[in-house]
Parts: sequence; structure tokens; C-alpha cells
Amino acid sequence: MRGKVWKYGDHIDTDVIIPARYLNNPDPAELASHCMVDIDESFAGSVQNGDIMVGGWNFGCGSSREHAPVAIQASGISCVIAASFARIFYRNSINIGFPILECPEASEAIRAGDIVSVDTATGVITDETTGETFQAKPFPAFIEQIIDSGGLLSYLKSKQDKK
Amino acid sequence: MGMTMTQKILAAHAGLPEVHAGDLIEAKLDIVLGNDVTTPVAIGVFEKAGFTEVFDREKIVIALDHYTPCKDIKSAELCVTAREFAKKHNITHLYDVGTVGIEHALLPEQGIVGPGDCIIGADSHTCTYGALGAFSTGVGSTDMAAGMASGLNWFRVPSAIKVELKGKLQPYVSGKDVILHLIGMIGVDGALYQSLEFTGEGVSELSMDDRFTISNMAIEAGGKNGIFPVDEKTMEYISGRFGREPAVYEADEDAEYERVVTIDLSELRPTVSLPHLPSNTRTVDEAAGMPIQQVVIGSCTNGRMSDMRVAASILEGHKVADGVRCIIIPATQQIYLDCLKEGLLETFVKAGCAVSAPTCGPCLGGHMGVMADGERAVATTNRNFVGRMGHTGSEVILASPAVAAASAIAGCVASPEA
Repeated sequence: MRGKVWKYGDHIDTDVIIPARYLNNPDPAELASHCMVDIDESFAGSVQNGDIMVGGWNFGCGSSREHAPVAIQASGISCVIAASFARIFYRNSINIGFPILECPEASEAIRAGDIVSVDTATGVITDETTGETFQAKPFPAFIEQIIDSGGLLSYLKSKQDKK
Repeated sequence: MGMTMTQKILAAHAGLPEVHAGDLIEAKLDIVLGNDVTTPVAIGVFEKAGFTEVFDREKIVIALDHYTPCKDIKSAELCVTAREFAKKHNITHLYDVGTVGIEHALLPEQGIVGPGDCIIGADSHTCTYGALGAFSTGVGSTDMAAGMASGLNWFRVPSAIKVELKGKLQPYVSGKDVILHLIGMIGVDGALYQSLEFTGEGVSELSMDDRFTISNMAIEAGGKNGIFPVDEKTMEYISGRFGREPAVYEADEDAEYERVVTIDLSELRPTVSLPHLPSNTRTVDEAAGMPIQQVVIGSCTNGRMSDMRVAASILEGHKVADGVRCIIIPATQQIYLDCLKEGLLETFVKAGCAVSAPTCGPCLGGHMGVMADGERAVATTNRNFVGRMGHTGSEVILASPAVAAASAIAGCVASPEA
């Protein structure tokens, strides 16, 4: 994965990722068209496929709405890097097979507009603009399995079908 | 090493003699919950993956409470999806307009959840049932789909923060002030991935409604759950409601806690959270005088009967200030009926308040009290993020029902003690 960075601060909540007034239509493309609108009106119109989102501490806090990682994913963002993730957002991302990486050092150092590449298998994050590299925390094996299956339901279905 | 109360419940539901913080486990679920916003997404995921049967039609609860009575055509379509699924799978617990209440007031009231249960809900405030001594946590729609399909889900066993409560609350100080104070102390990610385990002699001084309010906002400290020990008040509350055998768990003497926080209830003041984070707390005295245009008394945090009673006791014989809209939302049909019987609806209407059918509505800026640019509300809800109750230029101040009612009369943030 390689793309331009959209950088946001600490405690980015799911109400700003996708405001509740847009939750009456769960279509991913529709959600993407309103993604981040309450803190960054330029995002939805300018984000390119493959771009990377970088947040601070407690990214995705607040409501349990899975619409939040769905909106980010459908907008074209290839992965989110943050210092830490709120737990429901963390679960939701894994469950829908959307890559997220926890790395406080990368979250601190990477700037808006930098070109960053990410190897999700190794957790190595490279800021190509500055040449710095960072190591994200690896996922436990069980979670790797869910992500590799393409999400929780595919994982569960394949397990059930084997029985 | 011993286990916390949360760890014991998770171990029992995973069929393991013991679990440790950080373990990844698969646990059996007693109840799987969703609402009109999250259930339709879960149904889509469930059907797309090829599942055709739910694990147990009696253990799934669908409460159409967020945008109901439906605010627009899209919301009405979400409800149709949920109703059709419930009918197809013969789901026992479908709550629709006329029977529905705000889910986290409704499930305990109806005796659907109880001590020792393991519960997931596709709504972040599912942590509310920790007040009953259950493990209960908010998840997303895919988790709900997995739960409906298999009756199981994966959890990372949380480490814990012990919250030692002592003393007794002063008049006009409530569970809301306790939890806002705690979030102010530890921050909105102070309990990230952790359980908040409430304990100490002060617990017995708290009513069940206070405990529900406290557990409800564990998520606002980043917590996975917030749990109370089961005592006489718990058993009295579930008596006649909860049909299953309650399973009572106690933390081991040598359970491990990452930190201990002590709160002396007798020292707490009525507390508010200023925009735009629940951790931005002040005493009501420090915030007094901030002008407001709206008051909301209700929500899964503070729409219960004791909340209605304290609001009515303050509003009785007074008028809502000019230029202020006061919206009161009893959280369930039963609470609405009790308000009617006790004459509280009359008190509210005579004071100039608008009283609504149960709905989450304004809390998340859905409907029934959305604000314009530049407007400010005092609300008994749980979040005051940017744009939460409407325009990004509007503001929400979180408070107890007592502070909210006093503020409605004063036209600005005000103490109920005056």
C-alpha cells in the first residue's frame, strides 16, 4: 500500500467520521461521500484511491457505528495508522477486513501530504517523503486469520462449512 | 493470580477454568442486541455471508429506537428491513413503535438481561447492563451478525481499573455526576480496552438507576465495560422481571488491577462536561451562567423514572425560561405511563416542556431537537462531540437531570441547589 497522507488529531470520533444525519442510508458509496465532512470538507471530494489516513490517540471513539470504518474504506483510503484506536472501531475494522495499524511513533512523525507506504504483513511503515521507517504492533495470530479470511463472517462461514 | 468479576464471567462463557488479561477467547452469548441503525447493516452482512438461520430466536433483541417514529423515508426503509428479518426468523424480542423504549432502559426493565450474562449489542452504550453484574459491551454490525449466526463472539480479555466508591451522595448529586467526574479524572481513553470495576462501600448507597447511568458511560472513558457487584438492590430490581436463574460472580481477593481510583461520593458536586469532550468537566458552579437555547432530559443515560422524578420536582410550579426549548423524553413506554400516573406529564407540560414518545432522537442529532449553528444545549445525554446534536457550530453541555431542569428554568447553566 502506498499513498498520500490525510492527517487528523486525537480523539477523532465516529460522529465526525460519519455524522448520524447520514446513517439513514448505509450504502458504502453514499457514506463515503460524507466522510469526515464535519472536520474536513475537502476530504470526500479530493481523496484518491490508496491514500492513507493518519490519526492520533483514541481514533474512532464514540458510537459503535460500523458505518465509520465502512465510510473510510469506501472513500478509497487503503489503511489507517493511529497512535491508538478506540476498541469498537478496532473490532469493526478487523471484522470488515479493513487494515489498521497502531503505531504512536508514526502517528507523531508523519505529516499531512507525505507519501507513505505500508507493508501490512510485517507492520513496517515507511514515510517516503522523509525516509523514516516505523514498526507497527503486530496483530495476534487469531486476528490475522480473520483479516486474511476477508472479515469475521467469511471466517465464521468457512469454519462452519468445514464442520 | 485471581480474576476480576469481568474475567470470571468471560471465563465461564468461554468454558475455561480461568482467563487472563490479553487472552483472546471465544465466548457464548446470552443476548445479541441491535437497533434500527445497526441491525439492517448486520442483516446485510449475515445474508451476504450465506447464513440462513439464527442461532436462537429468543436470544436476539431488535429495538427500533434511534430514528423512530421514523424521521424520513430512508429511516422508514431501515425499519422495514429489520421488521421483515424479525418476522422471517420469528425473533421473539422485536420492539417497534408503541412497545419500543430506548434499548438500554428497555432491556433491564423487561428482564431480558440479568446478573452473570454475557451480552453484545450493536450500540456502544450496551455497557449499561454492567449495572446488573453482567458482562456487556458495545460492538459493530458485523459482530452482531456473527452473534446472530453462531451465538458466539471473540473477545480480548480486558485488564481492569478498580473504582473504589466510598461515602454517600449529597442531595441533587447523582450517578451522572459520579461518571462525569470519573471521566474528567481519567480521560476519554483512560480505560481504553479495559474494564471499569466499581466496588467499595459506596456502591450500596447508589440506586439501580444511578448504577445504570454510571455503567452506561463507561464507553466515554474508552472502557470495554463497567461492572457493579450484585447486591440486595440488584436482586430486588430483577425480582419479578428476570426469568432466568441469575449467576452471581464476585472478584477474587487477589484479582489484578492496573490501577485503583478512589472516589468519595460525599465530596462530589453537580458536574457538567463542556464542549467538545465528555472529559472536559467542571463543577456546575464553574459553568453557571453560560446561556442556552435548549435542554434535553432523556436518553439511555438519564431517561429513567428517577430522572423524570427529579426533573419534575425542580420544574414543578416553574416555567421554562423565554428563549429555551425543554424537551423531555421518558425512555420507555412503562416510564411514560408511570409519569402519567404520577402526574409528572402535567408538571412538564405546565412548565412549558415538550414531552416526546421514547426515542434516541436528539442525543445523536437524529431528530426531535436538532440544533442550528451557534445554539447551545444542556443535555442529560452522553456525548458532546462536534456536531453531535446538529450543526457543527452547535454545542452540547452534558449534565444530570437536576442540573438540566434547573438550567431550563434559569435560561443558562444553573445549579439545582438554589
